[in-house]
Amino acid sequence: MTQKFDAIVVGAGPAGCACAYTLAQAGLETLLIERGKFAGAKNMWGGALYGPSLARMFPRFWEEAPVERCILRHRLSLLSEKSAFSTEFTTEKFGQEPYNGFSVLRAKFDRWFASRVEKAGGVVAAPLQAEDLLWEGGRVSGVKAGGDELPADVVIACDGVNSILAEKAGLRKKLSPKDIKQGVKEVIQLPREVIEQRFNLSGEEGVAWESIGTFTRGIPGGAFIYTNKESLSVGVVVQLSDLVEKQIEANSLLEEFKTHPEVNRYLEGGKLAEYSAHLIPVSGQSMMPKLFAPGFLVAGDAAAMTLVTGLVLEGANFAVASGQAAAETVIAAKKKNDFSEKSLALYAEILKNGFVLKDLRTFKKAPGFLKNPRIYRQYPEFLCEAAEKIYTNDGLPRKKMWTILKDSMENKISYLRLIQDLIRIKRSI
Amino acid sequence: MNPLSVEDKLSVNKYDVDKDVHIRLLEDICRDCEEHFCLKACPASCFKLSGDRISFSFEGCLECGTCRIVCDKEAVEWILPRPGFGICYQYG
Repeated sequence: MTQKFDAIVVGAGPAGCACAYTLAQAGLETLLIERGKFAGAKNMWGGALYGPSLARMFPRFWEEAPVERCILRHRLSLLSEKSAFSTEFTTEKFGQEPYNGFSVLRAKFDRWFASRVEKAGGVVAAPLQAEDLLWEGGRVSGVKAGGDELPADVVIACDGVNSILAEKAGLRKKLSPKDIKQGVKEVIQLPREVIEQRFNLSGEEGVAWESIGTFTRGIPGGAFIYTNKESLSVGVVVQLSDLVEKQIEANSLLEEFKTHPEVNRYLEGGKLAEYSAHLIPVSGQSMMPKLFAPGFLVAGDAAAMTLVTGLVLEGANFAVASGQAAAETVIAAKKKNDFSEKSLALYAEILKNGFVLKDLRTFKKAPGFLKNPRIYRQYPEFLCEAAEKIYTNDGLPRKKMWTILKDSMENKISYLRLIQDLIRIKRSI
Repeated sequence: MNPLSVEDKLSVNKYDVDKDVHIRLLEDICRDCEEHFCLKACPASCFKLSGDRISFSFEGCLECGTCRIVCDKEAVEWILPRPGFGICYQYG
């Protein structure tokens, strides 16, 4: 007879590792299953980890986890075809403990996180795939993996955006392209000194640089550049339903972004090291599946726990927090030896009391607002045109700035639209 | 930097290619499909159209799940590659 585990966690990303680590720390017999050759082998993201969830488990994680650079600067650019209107924010505070965020490469980071699960007493099985759920009297009682039946009191699905297990448990339907953004990314190698010189960085400092603009051809989405130690993570994240409708490849938008004159100078001479793609659930609360069933919980991207606020697209911090909340629920259920739906409902309570469901509720209108195509084309064009006119000195008599703004807006955005958009900003973000 | 094609980009990735295909297309449905959303939506350009026939080359697949979602005719049978096979990100 196979050993029965207290809990089986499927997927060794941030949600799964946080969950399995918390369970193992509490002394539960925990199995973490990962289908990649190692934890992280199937995982990618833009590249930055923000927020305090990881520090709850590892108060000084930056000393042991393979983080790349500490994000000290946030740059935002609005790009028209040849111009860029950029802002940058930095504060000394972001460079001091406990730090605000780090650029991170997942193949290294997830592997580290899974190694901590093992150190805490959990069993990590990779590569192994959970093909199906085991059922017993209407409740989930384990997983089928690698041809074996592995029984457990509870299964926690942290198997990512495409969660096969959440579908098999009947908690989730097939995803719709309307609720999904597609991300494609290149890791571009450059010498450390070149990165530091180009981005005005020293030591372990890093930049998170987000851009929106005409390069997405009106498709909701944008681009990012994160500085790693000796590489840049460069990618675009765009609405899948629009890509499909307009028959555009995300890669061609990425190429358009990379060849923008303001962007290209930062990438020059770099060597492509990897090309990756991933889906992101972006409709927030409205697409969230039911989070639990008898003997079964869902966390992280599998539960669509991604926050989209316009300036922030945050998944990993939510994944870690939801993985921890799932673990706390299982620990409490184990004490009562009750894994019924009623007992596991504690999961939703913990999430409601913390930031995860509160933030998703606060920003529940943001995903709708961010589908407004004017944000990605007309506004960037307007700002770039106005700035160019304000700064241009061509020997001709000047106009007042207000007149320039008014002229630049004409034919792009009507006053009525502007007012509507401002009202929506107030309501949604 | 010179613009690179998707094929060029995939060539730098690390894969452990399996002998078994992990995505199957229901060819009868694909033959009658007019949209072929899969062609452009796949970030790894794994779908190719020759005549009225769609083929899928699984070797470069990034396992993102796009094809499964964009095909509104349910013609993409998506099984995950055997554990340990397929894309193996070194950076991520």
